Amino acid sequence: MPDATDDSVVRFENVTVVFDDLKALDGISFEIRRGQTRIIFGAAASGKSVMLKTALGLVRPASGRVFLFGQDITGMSEEQMFTLRGRVGVLFQEGGLFDSLTIEENVAYPVVNRATAPEERNGDVTNRVREALRFVELEHTLEKVPSELSGGMRRRVGIARAMVTEPALMLYDSPSAGLDPITANTIMALIVKARDTRNTTIAIVTHRYQDGHIMADFRYNPESGELEPAPRESGIQERTVFMVLRDGCLVFEGTRDELNRQHDPYVARFRITRQ
Amino acid sequence: MLRVSGIETRPYASIVTEAGARLFDLLKPPVLATQDYFTLTGRAVQNVVRRPFYADDLFLQMDIIGVGSLPIVILIGLFTGAVMSLQMARALETYGATGQVGQIVSITLVRELGPVLTSILVAGRNASGIASELGSMKVTEQIDAMRALGTDPVKKLVTPRIAATALMLPVLTVIADFVGLVGGYIVASLLLNLTASQFWTSAWRILEWNDLTQGLLKPFIFALVVSSVGCFYGLRTTGGTQGVGRSTTQAVVAASVWIFICDLFLTRIFVSLARMS
Repeated sequence: MPDATDDSVVRFENVTVVFDDLKALDGISFEIRRGQTRIIFGAAASGKSVMLKTALGLVRPASGRVFLFGQDITGMSEEQMFTLRGRVGVLFQEGGLFDSLTIEENVAYPVVNRATAPEERNGDVTNRVREALRFVELEHTLEKVPSELSGGMRRRVGIARAMVTEPALMLYDSPSAGLDPITANTIMALIVKARDTRNTTIAIVTHRYQDGHIMADFRYNPESGELEPAPRESGIQERTVFMVLRDGCLVFEGTRDELNRQHDPYVARFRITRQ
Repeated sequence: MLRVSGIETRPYASIVTEAGARLFDLLKPPVLATQDYFTLTGRAVQNVVRRPFYADDLFLQMDIIGVGSLPIVILIGLFTGAVMSLQMARALETYGATGQVGQIVSITLVRELGPVLTSILVAGRNASGIASELGSMKVTEQIDAMRALGTDPVKKLVTPRIAATALMLPVLTVIADFVGLVGGYIVASLLLNLTASQFWTSAWRILEWNDLTQGLLKPFIFALVVSSVGCFYGLRTTGGTQGVGRSTTQAVVAASVWIFICDLFLTRIFVSLARMS
């Protein structure tokens, strides 16, 4: 385990999370550095989502320490963590959109909630909401409520809400889960676009090896507005680190090439081969 | 292991230790739940005086709980008063004292039936509503999203619901008491041939400060119980939509039971106070 550095964004030190008598995470240690893309693979109930929630302080570890932007959040109160969480955007597996609010109010929520000055509350909010929704190509849904949108559209609104404050770290919890392949690829393309246009640090939890493939092997071309294969020299593959969880234990951590060389049957399920 | 007449027996200390461990395992969940309940309620009550204040949410909940419950409270109050009047008239007829129907209906409604029935109705209508709403938010990760976006769910969701119920339930109880008396008067007037003056004068004069105090304090306490129990079960929902249904049922049952338990203790206190004065 390397020493924590200034560019450390998330750092787990021997973290164990227990629910009742079940270990959801068992002695996990890793570090996500600024600019990295971290793909966290694992089967259902392997502890992937718990790991993201622990990184955000939504779940407290039974032992070990968690650092977010270099600050130890293990013993922090909920109020203390609100400021730090303001620097993180999250897309929840279930979307987490407030079903009593319109799409506009949902996307505006993080901006309005964190704004203290009245002019910041009123003036800039609408523009930022429209810009975020334009990014996910859903500007026309401002007045709708989440129940009027499809699963894929709700996920895209979730991405818009997560990135509206332009956070330094984006956490995606199973962004493509439960979607058809075309919609899943659209969502992943948006995540690549957000990564390449905003240079955010990213952690993605997923059980689809295709998601890792898209993140490691593609980049966003701003001129064509499409994804294109990323050449080796782009550095994307070096900045994309893979982890595999099994039953709450970290069983693999390494680059795309290292993952492709794995022969363990469980880890090999997530191998990525260039297509 | 000890061996007595071919039967293996364990040392007494081992049996006691095992029984103690099992008892501990048995008691741990309810003790933890009780601790969580009081922690949640304590935080929610503290938030009443802490910024930010979610006034919009408070007024919305006052509308849902107060105005929304009004029709059913009026309906139940009216018929309860009418039935009380009928039943009491039958009993008082034996002593030739049907003229005192107003007194008995008044005391019964203000001291007991008004607060308890209204609270039970609100528990059935709103504790379930609160539990299912918060439970749905919990299982769809809206509560986590709220925390991730820098909002304290206790402050935003629990405090307005508790405050709104605490403000509206005493008001609803006063309305139920009055409508109940109207129901009692209608029966007394039509079937017992009592005059308005006879009924209302006796109904009003019998009431003491002790009655009015307990008639208002009880619904306030019951409101805290109903809303906090609804929020508690809602926020600890797990297991998807099935879990939401389970939380809703648990909230209504627990709130109703606790209303009666609290009523017993509050009545005991007010009876003692009445005797002292």
